Amino acid sequence: VTAGTDRTVDVESPEPGEPTPPDEAQLRGDGGGPGSDPDAARWGKVLLGLVGMVLVGWFVWNACLSFAYHPEWYADSKVLIGVLALIVGVGGAFFFFYFLNMLVEGLPGRASRGFMPYAFMLPGFGLIALMLLYPTIQTINYSFANADATEYVGLENYRTTFASQDFRSAILNNVLWLIIVPAVTVFLGVIVAVLADKLSTKGEKISKSIIFLPMAISFVGASTIWLLVYQYDPANEPATGLLNAVWRGLGGDPQTWLQNSTLRLNSILMMVILIWLQVGFAMILLSSAIKGVPEDTIEAARIDGATEFQIFGRVVIPQIKGTIITVFITVVILVLKVFDVVYVLTDGRDKTQVIANLFFAKLFRDSQSGQASAIVVILLIAVTPVLIYQVRHFRKEELGR
Amino acid sequence: MSDQATAAADALASGSDDYDDNKPARVRGIMADGRRRSLVSIITMTVLCVLWTVPTVGLLVTSMRDRNAQAETGWWTALWNGGWTFENYRGVFDKAEIGGALLNSVIVAIPATIIPIMFAAFAAYAFSFMDFRGKDLLFILIVAVMVVPIQVAFQPLLNMFGSNGLGISGQFIAVWILHTGFGMPLAIYTFRNYMATLPKTVIESAKIDGATHFQTFWRLIVPMSVPVIAAFAILQFLWVWNDLLIAKLFLATDNATVIVKLQGLLGAQGQGTELLPAGAFISMVIPMVVFFSMQRFFVRGLTSGAVKG
Repeated sequence: VTAGTDRTVDVESPEPGEPTPPDEAQLRGDGGGPGSDPDAARWGKVLLGLVGMVLVGWFVWNACLSFAYHPEWYADSKVLIGVLALIVGVGGAFFFFYFLNMLVEGLPGRASRGFMPYAFMLPGFGLIALMLLYPTIQTINYSFANADATEYVGLENYRTTFASQDFRSAILNNVLWLIIVPAVTVFLGVIVAVLADKLSTKGEKISKSIIFLPMAISFVGASTIWLLVYQYDPANEPATGLLNAVWRGLGGDPQTWLQNSTLRLNSILMMVILIWLQVGFAMILLSSAIKGVPEDTIEAARIDGATEFQIFGRVVIPQIKGTIITVFITVVILVLKVFDVVYVLTDGRDKTQVIANLFFAKLFRDSQSGQASAIVVILLIAVTPVLIYQVRHFRKEELGR
Repeated sequence: MSDQATAAADALASGSDDYDDNKPARVRGIMADGRRRSLVSIITMTVLCVLWTVPTVGLLVTSMRDRNAQAETGWWTALWNGGWTFENYRGVFDKAEIGGALLNSVIVAIPATIIPIMFAAFAAYAFSFMDFRGKDLLFILIVAVMVVPIQVAFQPLLNMFGSNGLGISGQFIAVWILHTGFGMPLAIYTFRNYMATLPKTVIESAKIDGATHFQTFWRLIVPMSVPVIAAFAILQFLWVWNDLLIAKLFLATDNATVIVKLQGLLGAQGQGTELLPAGAFISMVIPMVVFFSMQRFFVRGLTSGAVKG
């Protein structure tokens, strides 16, 4: 634990600490001498702020532990604990900031101004460092260690991973997911956005809500919904799954869809679920982009005799390209990490393995933390191009601001 | 945290008027601009809407049929084959104890939605209205970590939170901290992008009036940022409520959320499978209600903001 916290501090402190210490030392030297009244009040504020922060932290921590370990203090009532937890969590965050602000305001003028931004950012960045930066470093570290992280084994984990059939299959599937899902989602999103735009106001509103609705559904919930659609019943019983009912209606034999890996059909059927969930999101963004296309550019094209298709392809699409890329990238990131649907429906059986699910299996089913870490590191490397693109894109946008 | 939320929040915050019925300017079809009704659009959209709804309707109907009916006939035959019952819903509460799981979900989701908003709003304020060394670099860091898969965190944080570490694994506080941490980059990013569009003069005049940053933040910036805060709150709430991985790994069985419970039902074979559709439907009700009710509130906030701005 201590090692963990130390590391977090290491990551965090060089930046904020750097510019301020000289100011503070200098000012402390200047202001400390006279010991005048406002000075005393100021340092009182600093002290009060410090004590307040520590007390708030201590209180929140212990309150939360008491919820966990002494439910009898709260009449064993989940509802009461829930309400108290809410108050403690939210109130704690508020008072922490209150005292933090008091502390920094109490510092002498220049130091206060210098520290204030870092004080405002400290809790947020502290958590990012703790939850994302430290674990990333630690995971890279683990990826060179053995199954229970007691000994370094060099590149062994990577060698095992790349040699395993399961991993190659997962990579192939992830690539398939990456090729199919973002493209289809964006395509359908554009279609829906354009067509809904041509409906009456009411029709547009209703149809968009319907397409949008799945966005509120969890991956697990969606998997349950689609499990019913893909349900299998033998030929001598009536079909209870919609897909088999339709398939039999067309003259086919009943299929165990999620076990059928011909042409990766089962993977594709799971992709359908993700697309079903995501099109609404794509549509919302694309629709607002399409509505933002200036009417006169479309009119001009129309006067020049362009057909609706030409207008769409040559006038609208170029103007919403930015949004299309945003949506595409977003779905790409989501798909790279796709887990829930596969985990719940097939758990990687019948050639449906994906990287995130393989990681989960290695870490928890096989207790191979070294190999699991290596898989995440590979995933991390896979997202790096997207990451670089995001940062570049952001910088370009900032310049345009 | 799913990065899609970035874009969604951006779009919502920057004034998509998709659900806005106060603006008559964009009336479509035959109505105001006199264009012909597009038959292609009507037919295609109807087909798509039916395709999009049927699976969910199937779940709903199945959830209200008894075990035999579920197993023997398709849900679309329920009108004439019958088998209607509410027993599954009772069963889900009695046998599967989904009531407690629902409560756990609420206890997890509300603080995990509010706390990141507070932390992120302060950081975003610093990024938008203060000058300091390393500002650009730190913000680029935010943009970068938004893409990092949360899987990197599991092994190290399970160790840190576990019994050899802080000893909070399995408790609500562990999950609050995790969701706060994972939601933080996105929250800071969206809030800062929104705050950057607020008029700087307001802040300047507050400063001249002698307001501290803390006061300016609470009295000016937070009220002005309600639209983006609402947008993020919806997305974070949905994300936390619908999350399986973090809840599964970091919550004890007693504290399991409704999604973890549902995943358990999905894995169960034989006895109790008839409860699954009802359980799934119950798990979806609250996020849907929040989604649609908050959205309206949110649009109102947005339009009033647009009038002032």
